[in-house]
Amino acid sequence: MKITFRIWMQDGPQEPGQLVDHEINDVHPDMSFLEALDHVNASRIAKRQRVIEFDHDCREGICGTCGLVINGRPHGPLPATTTCQLHMRSFTDGETILVEPFRARAFPVIRDLRIDRTALDRIQRAGGFISTNIRTAPEANSILIAKKDAEAAFDAAACIGCGACVANCKNAAASLFTSAKIAHLDHLPQGKIESSERVVRMVRAMDQQGFGSCTNTEACEAVCPREISTDHIARMNWQYNWSRIKSIGLLK
Amino acid sequence: MQLDAKIPDGPVEQKWSRYQGSCRLVNAANRGKLQVIVIGTGLAGGGAAAALGELGYSVKSFCFHDSPRRAHSVAAQGGVNAAKNYQNDSDNVYRMFYDTIKGGDFRSREANVYRMAELSVALIDTCVAQGVPFAREYGGVLENRSFGGVQVERTFYAQGQTGQQLLLGTYAALNRQIDAGRVQMFSRHELMDLVLVDGRACGVIVRDMITGQLERHAAHAIVLATGGYAKIYYLSTLAMSSNATAIWKAHRRGALLANPSFVQVHPTSLPPLGKHQSKLTLMSESLRNDGRIWVPAQPHDDRPPKEIPDSQRDYYLERRYPAYGNLTPRDIASRAARERIDAGHGVGPLGNAVYLDFRDAIQQHGKEEIASRYGNLFGMYEKITGMNAYEQPMMIAPAAHFSMGGLWVDYELMTTIRGLYAVGECNFSDHGANRLGANSLLQACVDGYFILPCTIGNYLADFVGKPLPSIEEQPFVQAVQHSRDSIDRLLSVQGTRSVDEFHRELGAILTNRCGIVRSGDGLRCAIEEVRRLRKEFREDVCVPGESCQPNSELEKALRVQDYLGLGELMCRDALERNESCGMHFRTEYQTESGEASRNDEEYCYVAAWQYQPDGEAVCYREPLKFENVAMISRSYR
Repeated sequence: MKITFRIWMQDGPQEPGQLVDHEINDVHPDMSFLEALDHVNASRIAKRQRVIEFDHDCREGICGTCGLVINGRPHGPLPATTTCQLHMRSFTDGETILVEPFRARAFPVIRDLRIDRTALDRIQRAGGFISTNIRTAPEANSILIAKKDAEAAFDAAACIGCGACVANCKNAAASLFTSAKIAHLDHLPQGKIESSERVVRMVRAMDQQGFGSCTNTEACEAVCPREISTDHIARMNWQYNWSRIKSIGLLK
Repeated sequence: MQLDAKIPDGPVEQKWSRYQGSCRLVNAANRGKLQVIVIGTGLAGGGAAAALGELGYSVKSFCFHDSPRRAHSVAAQGGVNAAKNYQNDSDNVYRMFYDTIKGGDFRSREANVYRMAELSVALIDTCVAQGVPFAREYGGVLENRSFGGVQVERTFYAQGQTGQQLLLGTYAALNRQIDAGRVQMFSRHELMDLVLVDGRACGVIVRDMITGQLERHAAHAIVLATGGYAKIYYLSTLAMSSNATAIWKAHRRGALLANPSFVQVHPTSLPPLGKHQSKLTLMSESLRNDGRIWVPAQPHDDRPPKEIPDSQRDYYLERRYPAYGNLTPRDIASRAARERIDAGHGVGPLGNAVYLDFRDAIQQHGKEEIASRYGNLFGMYEKITGMNAYEQPMMIAPAAHFSMGGLWVDYELMTTIRGLYAVGECNFSDHGANRLGANSLLQACVDGYFILPCTIGNYLADFVGKPLPSIEEQPFVQAVQHSRDSIDRLLSVQGTRSVDEFHRELGAILTNRCGIVRSGDGLRCAIEEVRRLRKEFREDVCVPGESCQPNSELEKALRVQDYLGLGELMCRDALERNESCGMHFRTEYQTESGEASRNDEEYCYVAAWQYQPDGEAVCYREPLKFENVAMISRSYR
């Protein structure tokens, strides 16, 4: 296949960036998208040019490191698929493919397609846990959890933290990401104990990190590689309001 | 050098409690004055940092990912073993201990393995308390499933993403300590070197991967939790950035490396599709419960699988191992596949795969039932290969997967460098010559959560009231200079071949000669080839870009440079072990029926290698004693 990769290149966070065309004539349909980028880089190395920087690691869709906006869509054209699981057979011979980093104010570009997503970690640090010390745990089966609750918790916990939800949101909101963690812990009896404090802290952290507000377009769910549901956002908002109402003493 | 494993006295089931009852302690009020550095944030490293933070130590945690949640523990699929006996199927700690020792083909250390089995029970409690959403029965209790090499159901799991869910539990515990100010997190930092003062590990040199700055950090003790090195084969199931740099630097500074050639090859990965391939994707071992493995009976038979009648198919595992059939352990299944492929029976465009066929299972149970069991895996298969496994058999092949070998550690998980610990996959102690499925998550977790936080106190007790060494001291200055020189040297070669080309060639050498099957001649040849390649790398590698900016080619070059050292040592280790055991199969040492032939009289030991700056590594031996299990030969016929 002949493919033209039109790739965003930017030396550093403060430098101007631009789209640069890379024409490759021997792309194999079985190549993964990232292998095709490896191929682009190999041709640059042969010319002693610096490589195009992009983040990636497990290349099997679970670590959440990779993430590119491909032809305007985070993680490319396929539903429920990370960038690393996308293959060149999804494109046509002769195509020009636009490749950009995830863009959001809270995700500054480091270089080219590499971005800084530590804002997501900072949200998790603001209470995205159960306050239990290792070794203080009760016998595992003393906590009974209905199968449907365990499965609901799992579905929310399956988030890989890639940030595609933020990248596809016109407001660059992190509501899907944040609400998924809140929902995961809130579906479990051991997580419910700190629910109120958690939701307030995490929502505030989300705002402090510079993410936008959610306006319920559900663009996030559409590109989530784990198909995390926007129901969690509704739940988070309800919980947040309820916690605030309780805390200011309107309800006793 | 005398290797002292420091195994406590007494019966095996009392050793750990005796140790805990007699080790020295650090008063809670003093712990905050003691600085510990943890490298790596997977289950072992993240767990250790969190547990040390909870105890009150001052912890610095480093990872090369952009977030600690991305460590490669995240990719483990199957599950985690624990001797809970929830299924009332006569499981207990001893049985789990026995299964692990036997599965490792009697090349692991009894006391360590027993402790791992013993602590598995509390691990599940801890994970549940953290909010890990394990699979449940309708009544709300935890569910279990069976895994290769055992006859009980002791595996706890969270769909096919157990590693991810356990790691998110660890990540949450780590976040809680970061939030509390007890752990300082440094992401996108990679270890460059270890600093020793008077023979003790006192600090590290790390490279900030954004600015390229070389930083010096001092500590009272250092914990390496840097995972496995199977990516040395280039094509493996590991993540692209998984590397051996930390353990290789420790090795060069004096830590012994044990059994480096023991690397597990997983039988059910997807085969390489072409030379562009950068990694191999694992398909869960659970598929072998219903899939039947076969190849065409005639070599080079390129008919589509459906056109090959049953009489012309060779279900070679069922033929050779009627008792276990398609469920033989990993080492045996991988070896049998390799044997068929080498004999010309391989399938697929490159002739490098075997079939895993669900035709009979679909006929027996119906497509819906098979979809409910393996739907996500069939979907993943289709995503990667573009083929529908309900309609035609999957094509699978063996792939490098897990390193049982690693830094030599004693019972306290301390390496031969005082103050330097190794936890999780980067140490060697629990899996012998073959790891059982669902034991890797277990080992990483118990090392990090339970064992290290206890044993490190026994060492740190000496340092209460002692200041940290200054990072202005000579050893730090020299180590930084050494790292800087090494980077400058790589950038200045300006050769003609990319780092990946060297890595691929190294991988091919090791896959062919130090992989599933090894021979004395092949290994001697491989040592020469790796040496030649190392020389070419020094003279002809091309690393574009600069050191003061994000530079992924430089990162790769630094890792491959270390792999080129480790590759030779792996071959040496395999060459000197004149027996076959577990995954280590030397063609010269096999039974008449082609099975591994162990030599307990001469090789029942751990081979621990010491680096020599001006010559070949020297091997020290730790004899293995089996007092609680009888050494039998493994048979799965």
